Amino acid sequence: MPSLGSIRRSFAPWSDPDAKPYISFRNVTKRFGDFTAVDNLSLDVYEREFFSLLGPSGCGKTTLLRMLAGFEEPTEGELYLDGQPLKGVPPHKRPVNMMFQSYALFPHMSVADNIAFGLKQDGMEKSARDERVAQMLKLVKLEEFAKRKPHQLSGGQRQRVALARAVAKRPKLLILDEPLGALDKKLREETQFELMDLQQELGLTFMIVTHDQEEAMTMSDRIAVMDKGIIAQTGTPAEIYEAPNSRYVADFIGSVNVLEGQVVASDDGHVTIEGRDGRFTGAVRGQGPAQGKTVWFAIRPEKMRVSREKPTDTENAVQGEVWDVAYLGDMTIINVRLDSGSVVQAAMINHSRLVDDPIGYEERIWLSFSADAGVVLDR
Amino acid sequence: MSGRWSWFNITSVVFGFAFLYLPIVLLVIYSFNESRLVTVWAGFSTKWYGELFRNESILDAAWVTVRVAFISASVATVLGTLAAVSLVRFTRFRGRTLFTGMVYAPLVMPEVITGLSLLLLFVAIDFARGFWTVTLAHITFSLCFVAVVVQSRLVSFDKSLEEAAQDLGCPPFQAFMKVTLPVIFPAVISGWMLAFTLSLDDLVIASFTSGPGATTLPMKIYSQVRLGVTPEINAVCTILIGIVTTGVIIAALLNKRRAMQDDRV
Repeated sequence: MPSLGSIRRSFAPWSDPDAKPYISFRNVTKRFGDFTAVDNLSLDVYEREFFSLLGPSGCGKTTLLRMLAGFEEPTEGELYLDGQPLKGVPPHKRPVNMMFQSYALFPHMSVADNIAFGLKQDGMEKSARDERVAQMLKLVKLEEFAKRKPHQLSGGQRQRVALARAVAKRPKLLILDEPLGALDKKLREETQFELMDLQQELGLTFMIVTHDQEEAMTMSDRIAVMDKGIIAQTGTPAEIYEAPNSRYVADFIGSVNVLEGQVVASDDGHVTIEGRDGRFTGAVRGQGPAQGKTVWFAIRPEKMRVSREKPTDTENAVQGEVWDVAYLGDMTIINVRLDSGSVVQAAMINHSRLVDDPIGYEERIWLSFSADAGVVLDR
Repeated sequence: MSGRWSWFNITSVVFGFAFLYLPIVLLVIYSFNESRLVTVWAGFSTKWYGELFRNESILDAAWVTVRVAFISASVATVLGTLAAVSLVRFTRFRGRTLFTGMVYAPLVMPEVITGLSLLLLFVAIDFARGFWTVTLAHITFSLCFVAVVVQSRLVSFDKSLEEAAQDLGCPPFQAFMKVTLPVIFPAVISGWMLAFTLSLDDLVIASFTSGPGATTLPMKIYSQVRLGVTPEINAVCTILIGIVTTGVIIAALLNKRRAMQDDRV
């Protein structure tokens, strides 16, 4: 059976039933007054995993991190770290370090003193401390900046100092709250790979909060997509993207076309639906939905084939009129208005520089897809 | 600023400043007057400063004033800073609005009322009036000024700094001492200076709450002036003006430096 996505993973403790989780949220609820930030949430994260919490602002992802760091206590439920309950353990006694969204560098201390702060607190000897600080400065390539104050650094440099300070104590778990949010796009992309390398090099468990889906896809072993205090889906980036369990997840990660219909037929792993837009067959997870039920066919733009003639090899096709065309360089996006009035998006990879007979506005075209290209979602 | 100086502008500035500073300038000039008569200029001299330093009662009053100001400013700074921290940090405790109002009320309370109510209190609890009653009274009214100054700094203080310190192994109190306090220290110092100068200047509250043997300099000056203004008094006032001005300038500089640092971060 083919697998999802285009990466073979050798590291997958979450699929091993004997693996012991490193972090465990057990039915955790957190309320602030009337507002429920986290709602009866359970989650396991394994050692050395790069785990992302992804969601829109206000979905409870930062609250989850702050409970792990000890700045908030769960209203209900239990939190375990390496098998130990964390209830009542204050932040300064948790073997966890956090990198703050604002970096939270101490403005009255030099870069070196910032990095040494936690080590000093642990009572580490001066010579060992200096050595560790030098090592950390080297790791984040800031050797020449040891004596500078935070306000004399650029945004990217401050981000590195914050990172160095957070890993200086060699915590087994590093939690990062939107670590790249304040950087510009190019710097962010570079830093993403640096973070991944660092995590590998130090053998740490990373738990990161982000609202940037591309960032989460690039770096994570697994992602939890959150929505209003609950986890909508947990899985590898490929699972989340190729096999979303709901319209919310499908829509949150990447672009997707969603067409409504009722189940008319189902066989092993596939379901056919029919609605006002046409008749489509797509893949389902596990047990398919019952006959006649209202469901949604979700398909990503890049998984559609565009042709002028009616495709002969599949029944999975729909006709429409080209409404908008956007040339992005690496691909061309076209918006197609189906005869039912719905507008769907298709993406064509620009394999070649020269195109003999390009598609134009208001042309009637066919969109087709294989039975495995789209998924049928029941919520 | 754009635009040239028009005659109208110059005139208003000159009149404005004259209105504010002419009396003070006159006082400073006459403190260097040779003559015993305050309003007759008889040449430059510093003899009244010399006289001043031989006048035991004025020196005593000055010493009392400085001690009162130092102690009350220091205590008010500690209490005011604590009040500011709790006002900014604990945004949801019961009675916060009431507490805030009560901390700031003395700012707008007429001094006569503050003085009178303190006097009534001291009489009621049978507290012998003197040095300590003045000091306590000064703590009471300067505390709120410190709280205002420190609070305005704390509002812009990034709380995650303190959390970061805790995250790196500091218990909460240590985190406050090692990170928060150093960062807001300029504001604490300017709060102290404000409290110090307020105490130095105060006449009304001190008159109500003071007792025998605890005459402050403003009280001394006031009682002397009733017997006629002497150049000696002018000299004392000039020195007071010098001290207060220096204090205000230092506090302003500290605040400005802090603002510049904030901009850069």
